[in-house]
Amino acid sequence: MKKKSISYSKWGYIFILPFFLCYFIFSLIPLADTIRYSFFEYYRSGIKEIGPTFIGVDNYASLLKSDMFKYGANTLTMWVIGFIPQIVIALLLAVWFTDIRLKIHGKQFFKVVIYLPNLIMASAFSMLFFTMFSTNGPVNAILMSLGVIREQIDFMGSALGTRSLVGFMNFLMWFGNTTIMLMAAIMGISVDIFEAAEIDGCYGVKRFYYIIFPLIRPILAYTLITAIIGGLQMFDVPQILTNGQGTPDRTSMTLIMFLNSHLKSKNYGMAGALSVYLFIVSGILCFFVYKMTNDNDPDGSKAAAKRKVKEERSRRK
Amino acid sequence: MKSKEPNAFRSIIAHLVLIILSLMCLFFFYILVINATRSHADLQKGFSALPGKYFFENLKKVANDGTFPMFRGIFNSLIVSGCSAALCTYFSSLTAYGIYVYDFKLKKIAFTFIMAILVMPTQVTAMGFLRLITNMGMYDSLLPLIIPSIASPSVFYFMYSYIQSSLPVSLVEAARIDGSGEFRTFNQIVIPIMKPAIAVQAIFAFVGSWNNYFVPALVIQSKDKATVPILIATLRGADYMNFDSAKIYMMIMVAIVPIVMIYLLLSKYIIAGVTLGGVKE
Repeated sequence: MKKKSISYSKWGYIFILPFFLCYFIFSLIPLADTIRYSFFEYYRSGIKEIGPTFIGVDNYASLLKSDMFKYGANTLTMWVIGFIPQIVIALLLAVWFTDIRLKIHGKQFFKVVIYLPNLIMASAFSMLFFTMFSTNGPVNAILMSLGVIREQIDFMGSALGTRSLVGFMNFLMWFGNTTIMLMAAIMGISVDIFEAAEIDGCYGVKRFYYIIFPLIRPILAYTLITAIIGGLQMFDVPQILTNGQGTPDRTSMTLIMFLNSHLKSKNYGMAGALSVYLFIVSGILCFFVYKMTNDNDPDGSKAAAKRKVKEERSRRK
Repeated sequence: MKSKEPNAFRSIIAHLVLIILSLMCLFFFYILVINATRSHADLQKGFSALPGKYFFENLKKVANDGTFPMFRGIFNSLIVSGCSAALCTYFSSLTAYGIYVYDFKLKKIAFTFIMAILVMPTQVTAMGFLRLITNMGMYDSLLPLIIPSIASPSVFYFMYSYIQSSLPVSLVEAARIDGSGEFRTFNQIVIPIMKPAIAVQAIFAFVGSWNNYFVPALVIQSKDKATVPILIATLRGADYMNFDSAKIYMMIMVAIVPIVMIYLLLSKYIIAGVTLGGVKE
């Protein structure tokens, strides 16, 4: 019986080889290279290439003194402007869509429409907004002809206007996606729970607070973290809207736009250090996502239960 | 019944909100379509709610514009997105199958590794990536936009979940007894079983690649290699005031329309597919 079973393990390695080889070449080597050059003075001034010379953590230090935090704050501001309405509307719609008592006509049509902006090319969408909200664009024309305003509004002339536009675009592009994710989460809740709750008079707002919200908390947390990661990568929309300048006065410049401008000017040392900062932040966020997708106790409720049991026991002693 | 009244009220509110949101989503496309059918002179006069008659003229202008080779861009984008979608779904299925069906020492580590990098942004390695492809002589070519899609952790995760739920290992064993080689089993038995998953992920990979702007912006230099988002960006950078605005609207429309068409045809599957990838049930 010893030689009977054939080992297929070599096939396992063969099958996963392309993936890992590709990841190694196009992600790990670049990552190592990025980290390496973050410790070097290496940039281009005119046509002259300076460096690479090893300078330790100087790049990191000078980044801390640069406008990096300002750009981080810009990114956060624009993310928040988009994310708050996004999650509120998505929760509301998801609850409505999954409420059997609430008859919504044309459910499928609404779903198709609200998800549509998610698939649109962000750069083209941004270009469309740029033309529409420009001073002599259609939005101003419509508002003027309706008599809402008397003078043209320069939407992209103010920091608030530009940031709001970016936030609004992010909202439009993502609320449909979030709605559908949350809908699936709510539909995953057993019908029995809803029925039992209804018999006990738990309906409407109560139904949301006492049943839906606690039960979809893990997925809400997942949505939040992935949205933060998405927000950190914010690039296409503000880049096209402001032509890469982050106008006015770089108030809409995001971290990735900052990285892009370093890369475009071949400022490799600084770009490397900035990438490492971003890598650390995304690494932490990735860890949370990893925990959530692999843990069978994603919202910590089991751990909490265990703690309670322990406390009980120690009290009894 | 007491609860009848508030329900009718709630229903009206719900419909109202949904209609407003839908109008918000459609309003911009409406303006885009209207303005793409009007001439530059008409657009200067102000906004009109009715479409004009210049659709084909504008389209012709876009097609014949040498500085913004839109149709060349669409062709490039189609190649990049099509190849990316094919590579990414095939190799993700292959990896998922490899990890699911076979037992080997590094199996657990491999799985954990992919899960750890599931949502890692590609931007953080962009600098090294740019240097790497420059050294490899792939700068300003479409290849660096295509090949890296072989390693797509999120698609892998989706495929893995799908295999777990729909591929009985006994089927693989039966195929072995019948003398089928490992690759043949994968290509002729497993792939057909995974068709629904592959279709959904192929759509998402296609759309993602079609809309991608960050990587092409770093890699592509020459006009005839440009993908659609690059052309949109150059359009934004061009001297805007001297531009035929009807043509701008038409260009945006041409960039968006292919995806909207795919979406409207397959919306049922796409919406069903959104949730399958991200959430663990």
